[in-house]
Amino acid sequence: METGTSRVKRGMAEMQKGGVIMDVMSAEQAKVAEAAGATAVMALERVPSEIRAAGGVARMADPTIVEEVMKVVSIPVMAKARIGHYVEAKVLESMGVDYIDESEVLTPADEVFHISKHEFTIPFVCGAKDLGEALRRIQEGAAMLRTKGEPGTGNIVEAVRHLRLINGQIRKIQGLSKDELYHEAKLLGVAYDLLLNVHETGKLPVVNFAAGGVATPSDAALMMHLGADGVFVGSGIFTSENPEKFARAIVEATTHYQDYKLIAEVSKNLGAPMKGIEISKLDAAQRMQDRGI
Amino acid sequence: MKIGVLALQGAVAEHIRSLEAAGAETVAVKRVEQLDELQGLVIPGGESTTIGRLMRKYGFMEAIAEFSAQGKPLFGTCAGLIVLADEIEGQEEAHLRLMDMTVARNAFGRQQESFETDLDVKGIDEPVRAVFIRAPLIKKVGADVDVLSTYKDEIVTARQGHLLAVSYHPELTDDYRLHAYFVDMVKEAAANKG
Repeated sequence: METGTSRVKRGMAEMQKGGVIMDVMSAEQAKVAEAAGATAVMALERVPSEIRAAGGVARMADPTIVEEVMKVVSIPVMAKARIGHYVEAKVLESMGVDYIDESEVLTPADEVFHISKHEFTIPFVCGAKDLGEALRRIQEGAAMLRTKGEPGTGNIVEAVRHLRLINGQIRKIQGLSKDELYHEAKLLGVAYDLLLNVHETGKLPVVNFAAGGVATPSDAALMMHLGADGVFVGSGIFTSENPEKFARAIVEATTHYQDYKLIAEVSKNLGAPMKGIEISKLDAAQRMQDRGI
Repeated sequence: MKIGVLALQGAVAEHIRSLEAAGAETVAVKRVEQLDELQGLVIPGGESTTIGRLMRKYGFMEAIAEFSAQGKPLFGTCAGLIVLADEIEGQEEAHLRLMDMTVARNAFGRQQESFETDLDVKGIDEPVRAVFIRAPLIKKVGADVDVLSTYKDEIVTARQGHLLAVSYHPELTDDYRLHAYFVDMVKEAAANKG
């Protein structure tokens, strides 16, 4: 009997496929998310748009919130640790959280090194905006990936950019000859073996979800159309006028991402979506996606 | 012979790969109409609350009950096992209620208790590598249910006629023998129907 194997960690993410993982800030919201069909919840003190608005240093949530959420739902509970913050991650693991997001939404604790994730029994998800980042995170032990997008903006453009880039790079790697792979591994800053695996399989060895800017059911469906395995929704749901309806609409649009009539139906009368932020209006310091590369 | 994999949420692609390796033609099922062309159906692992909710929303409760009533085999893995069960411990509403068994969700605990191990399964020669992820257990079975394997005295594989259920994830390994076992069940059922 072995726990914490790569198959057990990556398999847990496989079970989330085609699903929606929702940010929640209380036990009550977690119950709404579960009833609406979320496959997991991310327990937070503040959603990304609020973190962005509040400024200052964003850290791991108060363990009380995480524990309360774990108590009321039977679906998996995730929580965020700062990039490179080994102790926040160990604290979350000790509490029995099901998955840790080493997340650029929080203020990084380390500007050079990520957490060595192989040392944990529970799995990690990390953000990536290109294939180099994706494979470096896998190398460090991430069992699941997500696009970084630009969290808390309600603007899907960066998540689209990241997913298209990663998938385009995978296609390019498939077309390289083996001797060209050595050079490419050097350019990407990744281990040759991992790149060889991508070359041979034509895909990442772990699940890759969309995250960072998903604001409508159509946004979720667009990311599925572009090849995401599932969707994280942060600020959009519990800052909307009718969170329950909104959450259900996102779940259904993700499952039936090619059924446009259904997406039209579930998109009706959802109330005003997040106002959103045009990416060019963000200063370099406000761009969360540039953290932890 | 075509076998479907219910594709509302969960590990669909892995089952399709394993079924095809075991010699079946496959289809990902998102709409009830698709069931008509199938001789067997897999309900995959995923989140049972999500899958159950979407099944209700899109008419799969009645459609799969009808499918099963025709004697067409069903194979549930992990969440799929929960969906097939007659009763779920601590939960008022079960889902399909096709198999005479009571199951407990997340019976081993949270993700940090997830594990893999070698498991003897009746009807399969060598042990299979079983991956248990936040896995359920079968706590009680009816008289018509055959127990095919146990882990630490708890039931993790069971069969009731044309219904097969496992707590773990055979689709996450390169061992296709359980899928081949199910493909044989589907062939047999189709042959009996003539």
